[in-house]
Amino acid sequence: MELILLVFVFVMAVFLGFELIQKVPSQLHTPLKSGTNAISGITMVGAIVAIRTSGSELASWLGFAALILATINVVGGYLVTDRMLGMFKKKGR
Amino acid sequence: MEFIINLSYIAASVLFILGIKMLGSADTARKGNLVSSVGMLLAVVVTLLESGLDYTWIGAGLVIGSAIGVVWARRVQMTGMPELVALFNGFGGLGSLLVGWSEFARERDFGSSDYPTFTAFAVIFAILVGGITFTGSLIAYLKLSGKMSGSAFTFPGQKAINALLFLALVVVGGVFVATHAVWALYAIIALSLVLGVLGVIPIGGGDMPVVISFLNSFSGIAASAAGFVILNNVLIVAGCLVGASGIILTVIMCKAMNRTLGHVLFGSFGAAAGKSSAVEGEMKAITPEDAFFVLEAAQSVVFIPGYGMAVAQAQHAVKELGFLLEDNGAEVRYAIHPVAGRMPGHMNVLLAEADVPYEQLCEMDDVNAIIETVDVAIVIGANDVVNPAAAEDESSPIYGMPIINAHKARTVFALKRGKGTGFSGLENSLFFRENTRMIYGDAKETMTGLVAQFKG
Repeated sequence: MELILLVFVFVMAVFLGFELIQKVPSQLHTPLKSGTNAISGITMVGAIVAIRTSGSELASWLGFAALILATINVVGGYLVTDRMLGMFKKKGR
Repeated sequence: MEFIINLSYIAASVLFILGIKMLGSADTARKGNLVSSVGMLLAVVVTLLESGLDYTWIGAGLVIGSAIGVVWARRVQMTGMPELVALFNGFGGLGSLLVGWSEFARERDFGSSDYPTFTAFAVIFAILVGGITFTGSLIAYLKLSGKMSGSAFTFPGQKAINALLFLALVVVGGVFVATHAVWALYAIIALSLVLGVLGVIPIGGGDMPVVISFLNSFSGIAASAAGFVILNNVLIVAGCLVGASGIILTVIMCKAMNRTLGHVLFGSFGAAAGKSSAVEGEMKAITPEDAFFVLEAAQSVVFIPGYGMAVAQAQHAVKELGFLLEDNGAEVRYAIHPVAGRMPGHMNVLLAEADVPYEQLCEMDDVNAIIETVDVAIVIGANDVVNPAAAEDESSPIYGMPIINAHKARTVFALKRGKGTGFSGLENSLFFRENTRMIYGDAKETMTGLVAQFKG
């Protein structure tokens, strides 16, 4: 049952994702891409729960590597996007 | 505790949705990015509440990852942004691959015999998509940063090999689902990494922006698949949002180039170049001194920037010339083609960095409507996006792509480093037109020279 619920959530998210992006001015495409790219680093949540005190050591090591990579993706992604958008703010001379 | 964690995940998902929505409009974009980052922080913090975690290693991972992310994000030049985003994207993909693998390793250690078929599928999917995202993004990074030739790389039997690899993947995947054999898992990892490389090396030319957007979508799908492996709803929702929005962005960009996604991925753009009809006439050069006199008399000037402006770091000099022309009584606009540069909006970011007023940045259609009244169109390191062949030459590989009709302006100045062809390898008939004058040399030096003449 839980699986069906998750699939349901997945399908809803697909439609939501499509709807959200319909009318975006082209100059915002780059920040939008880099902003959503940071969100895809959500996999760091998966990496955190993989690093456990008990159980497979290999699993924890893999989780550790995943956590570093995903954190770079998240932190770097948000900062770069903010830098880009900060430049749009300034207007006039 | 489980309840609190899941409740917070819902809140985080809502913040992501709001964030993406706000990113889509100029006034709220920066706040939207902040909102989405708060969602991420919330998701990470509540995840730490889960029991049985090893906080030493988690802390170490967070610190190392954050430090690297901060340093790279701070140090990157605005011109290097496209390749950095590609690299980050690849890391996210590899992260999802490792999460899928890690979960499988744990289940095996527990010796659980009733490994659900669905989870096995999800593991394969996370690894496959994550692996392709990783090596594909890496190749895109190497191509964009110039560490590898940007042109399309093809060899005989390429498509057959890709098809064979894919077939092997399906077979090995089936074996894995049936037996959960470790060797099958390793084989899937290897195959997906190879597929990522082979999938992106034949794509070159002006298609890289589309590929990055497509791979961005892939990294979201990989995260979503990892979410199905560990049955985590925030991974599924956030990953899926990125996957779906990335696909839409990709399609929008393909439309801007009048091509289909399939064409981009399997058409080998660069390989088709060179077959188009020969260009007649000759390029006529002009010195910056003579260009100055023309500009001084101009009532209306349009700048058309391309990737060359980014390479030459000429945006500040361009802005300065723009201001001087305005003081001189001319109307100044900047015409931005949707796919100018190597990412959509690439030029807007650079010009915004240089403090060009937002109102002067015009979209392609708006400029094309008034281009015939423009005295001087200054093309700065742009090539394919102003190539009239797209409108006139049916044999050209870019035929049908909407362009900025620079050739219809009264005078065209084309700033170019040398006489070679652009990123896509196509000859540009604009440069041979009667009303076009070439100004050879570094774009930044040319611009600075013109600025000095206006001041002097």
